[in-house]
Amino acid sequence: MTAIPVQTDATALTGTNPAPTAAGPRRKPRGTAQQRFPFLRNKKAVTGLVILGFFTLLALIGPWIAPFDPNAISKDILQGPSATHWFGTSHLGQDVLSQIIVGTRSVMLVGLVTGVIATVLSVIVGVSAGFLGGVSDEILSALSNIFLVIPALPLIIIIAGQLPDAGGMTIALILAATGWAWGARVLRAQTLSLRRRDFVEAARANGESTWRIVWFETLPNLTAIIASSFIGTVTFAILSQTTLAFIGVTSIKSWSWGTVLYWAQSGQALHRGAWWWFVPAGLCIALVGMALTFINFGIDEFVNPRLRSAGTSAKDMRRRGIRPRIGFTAIDRSAMATSRRRAVAPPAHPDAWAPETTPSPKSPPTKEPKR
Amino acid sequence: MTETITALSGTPTAAREPILEIRDLHVGYGYGESPVRALRGVNLTLHRGEVLGLAGESGCGKSTLAYAATRLLPPPGLIMGGEVLYHGAQGSGEPPVDILSMTDKELRASRWEDVAIVFQGAMNSLNPVYRIGRQLMDAIAAHRKDSTKAERAERARELLSMVGIAPDRVSAFPHELSGGMRQRVMIAMALALEPKVLIMDEPTTALDVVMQRQILEQVIDLRDRLGFSVIFITHDVSLLIEVADRIAIMYAGEIIEEASASDVYRRPRHPYAHGLLHSFPPLHGPKRPLAGIPGSPPDLQALPSGCPFRVRCDHVMDACSQIQPVLGPTRLNEPGRQVACLLHDAALAPTLPESLSR
Amino acid sequence: MKYFARRIFIYVLTAWAAVTINFFIPRLMPGDPVQSLINRKQGQISADAAQSLYVLFGLDKNTNMLEQYIAYWQQLLRGDLGLSFANFPTPVSEVLAQSLPWTIGLVGIATIISFVLGSLIGVLIGWRRGTWADGILPVATFFSSVPYFWLGLIAIMLFSITWKIFPTGGAYDGGLIPGWDLDFIVSVLQHGALPALTIVLSSVAGWILGMRNMMVTVTSEDYVTVAQAKGLSESNVMFGYAARNAVLPQVSSFALSLGFIVSGTLVTEMVFSYQGIGFTLFQAIGAKDFPLMQGAFLVITLSVLAANILADVAYVFLDPRTRQEG
Repeated sequence: MTAIPVQTDATALTGTNPAPTAAGPRRKPRGTAQQRFPFLRNKKAVTGLVILGFFTLLALIGPWIAPFDPNAISKDILQGPSATHWFGTSHLGQDVLSQIIVGTRSVMLVGLVTGVIATVLSVIVGVSAGFLGGVSDEILSALSNIFLVIPALPLIIIIAGQLPDAGGMTIALILAATGWAWGARVLRAQTLSLRRRDFVEAARANGESTWRIVWFETLPNLTAIIASSFIGTVTFAILSQTTLAFIGVTSIKSWSWGTVLYWAQSGQALHRGAWWWFVPAGLCIALVGMALTFINFGIDEFVNPRLRSAGTSAKDMRRRGIRPRIGFTAIDRSAMATSRRRAVAPPAHPDAWAPETTPSPKSPPTKEPKR
Repeated sequence: MTETITALSGTPTAAREPILEIRDLHVGYGYGESPVRALRGVNLTLHRGEVLGLAGESGCGKSTLAYAATRLLPPPGLIMGGEVLYHGAQGSGEPPVDILSMTDKELRASRWEDVAIVFQGAMNSLNPVYRIGRQLMDAIAAHRKDSTKAERAERARELLSMVGIAPDRVSAFPHELSGGMRQRVMIAMALALEPKVLIMDEPTTALDVVMQRQILEQVIDLRDRLGFSVIFITHDVSLLIEVADRIAIMYAGEIIEEASASDVYRRPRHPYAHGLLHSFPPLHGPKRPLAGIPGSPPDLQALPSGCPFRVRCDHVMDACSQIQPVLGPTRLNEPGRQVACLLHDAALAPTLPESLSR
Repeated sequence: MKYFARRIFIYVLTAWAAVTINFFIPRLMPGDPVQSLINRKQGQISADAAQSLYVLFGLDKNTNMLEQYIAYWQQLLRGDLGLSFANFPTPVSEVLAQSLPWTIGLVGIATIISFVLGSLIGVLIGWRRGTWADGILPVATFFSSVPYFWLGLIAIMLFSITWKIFPTGGAYDGGLIPGWDLDFIVSVLQHGALPALTIVLSSVAGWILGMRNMMVTVTSEDYVTVAQAKGLSESNVMFGYAARNAVLPQVSSFALSLGFIVSGTLVTEMVFSYQGIGFTLFQAIGAKDFPLMQGAFLVITLSVLAANILADVAYVFLDPRTRQEG
């Protein structure tokens, strides 16, 4: 339609004068990983991923790097942190650090298995409820509501308590059976809103099978929500597993952070002032929990741009007196001088320009306007 | 309202006293190094008693203009320069005040009292958990501190009946009203303090044609009675021609043509205005062939050099890519109208195309 | 009212489901642990009490499932939950009736304080986005990730053992006789302060984060801009328009997460040896007192249901749209 080249580059237009003053500094290219995964641009999400990566590594290689056998009894009874025992020792002289390192695996494994099973359940229930509608939706929603309202912990206690020996996988299964409802609820709501969107309607009108629409049109759009519900479930599982181990419902034969706390409690760590016995395990749980929450924040901000904070740093905005508020638009009269040099091409016919939009090629480019 | 205003209203040529003056307004989106330039030096004057129409495709900056001028633009909107002068009480001799320089407190006091707005999409403009009456009354309470509750309640009922809603609906919740009724409630709310300026942002877009007409007629009738000035924003130019005294047409964050409504309708001077007029069927008068404007609104982040419209323009010249046109007199030097197009520069264009010189 | 009828139906369904789960769990588990307990207490258990345990745990192999189910319901409706083994021979219902008020007092009050406080802080942080207030978020995240009981341990270590400000455990001073006298009330408050603080501290963060996000979402609704355009005072816009609407999803998520919160607070009771249902449950686990565990589960679930109904009433009160006819 048009043969006119669209030129935005100032230097190309003027030809004779390269005018570095008008071009302004170019943005440095970002890292390729960040370009490919915009999610990684989120500082919180990256922090979360790094912490989680650390504990995953610990879960994998824990038994090989633990300095002591976590069960080995020694003469160093109830010793505080030292060079040999970083996290001190228990009432039997066991090394607390080793117990925590070795116990990482069971914590992460229960979290992962519960997360996977519960997420699959919630996707099946949530997406079917949202997609099928009608009576099926009513039944499935009622089912998720029941599981949401029934307090999970007492339920798990009466199940696990009556099992002769509830090990890690049993606990994971019970946790998955009780922890899927929240995800199902969120997914149902999202599926419902997706179902009304144009592209799904179009697929239906084209006579595509329900199964195909769910698999190819709906699920890809639910990825972020599924991921966020998976992470939520893992957090729930890790907290619950630790709690169950702490109150002695589950098997105390294998090490986990919860069993460390169980022994600390039954070994009177509190009254003996042995803070090193229970503080590290709790901090580890908090760290993993925080990491997961941070990742979820990242996903939330990815899905809901309203939660994202503005592109520039808070410090820079404060300096310029900008406060993002509803109802009182920020005013920064210095912003124009900066951006004008960048955005506007220099004039070929200076007389055709309104004086206030003329950039001054003589002004030095580096000077920021002072406020 | 005083007699004089009533007398002046509806006679745009007589009322040349400014009430709201927007001067060189620059607005961007984003707080970073290079915000997207949504408004680039907009100048616009609203005169007492007149209905000024603001038209353009979506994304041209017409709503941005209304919200920035009232400092209601949400983050990451940023006012980068300019003034919005409000000329206070008529004949009082008071100097005009710049809305953009007010403190928060001054701004709160001025809002709704001087300039009120009817927002786009009345569906979400009402607080869903409060009754209509309460929402009408809280604005009055905020500005008329010495009014009694009974007075405010009476005023709320009066306002509702003014826009043709039964006064007993003050106790209704927003979800109990139809879309058209909600829009009327918003208009009643905007008039609660008898503001001098009423800004209406696409007030009827979501409504059916019959409802559109009713509401428009009501607004014009109220304007005649109360004598406020209106800035009426819509993408539907044919609607503006019916209600507006003067029309300003925006493109890519700038005003590209400004003239009386009948002039814009019969004798557009900018190729974009011409195209815009031919993309809507006229409500009255002879039918004419409909033709859209090729291409799509420009990306404000990457505007072409020179005239932003040139890539879609039928009459593009070499100069268009190099010179950015500014608002100025037309080639025919018609009084009271301005256009931003190089075709009106005799030094650059040999002739004005026939379609733009009728 | 249709909204409310629907909710009531869900609650009735949930109550039924809880009872039915309680009915099936012991019947599906391998072995008959209760049978061996009964055998051990041979001679001390009356025929009636033994029969009620048989009905509760499905030990009577001569009846079919349906008969067992009907008998089970009949017994429940009489309020007979069997005998507690840990507190032999006190009936389970009596043990629970003694501990329930303590839990409602502690957990109920602490949860409401936490909800109100967290929502208020969330309103302020959400409203003043992009200021120093955002610095609270990482701290809040930390506290929301910490297990309740661990925070309880730390609290005991600091405030009871190191500084000796609060008692380490129990609900009141053992030397006092429960009654409405000043000494007893002061003692209850002293004993309740630390567990309550723990519950508030570990649950408040969730409410802060939830409310903050809702505020951010609601603030960009048109009616908030309209409220600003009307020149209303800042507090009116913030509370009357933004927070007033943001609190609606907050209340529904309160109802939904009650089950989870209660689970956490029960463990707090265990840490503080606070004589509520959680502590009772903890003792039941140690003593393998299955009738008490089952009974505690039922009572806890029904209490959560009751709290849910209250939250729903509040919701209906807050959102006029749910009161729509038809």
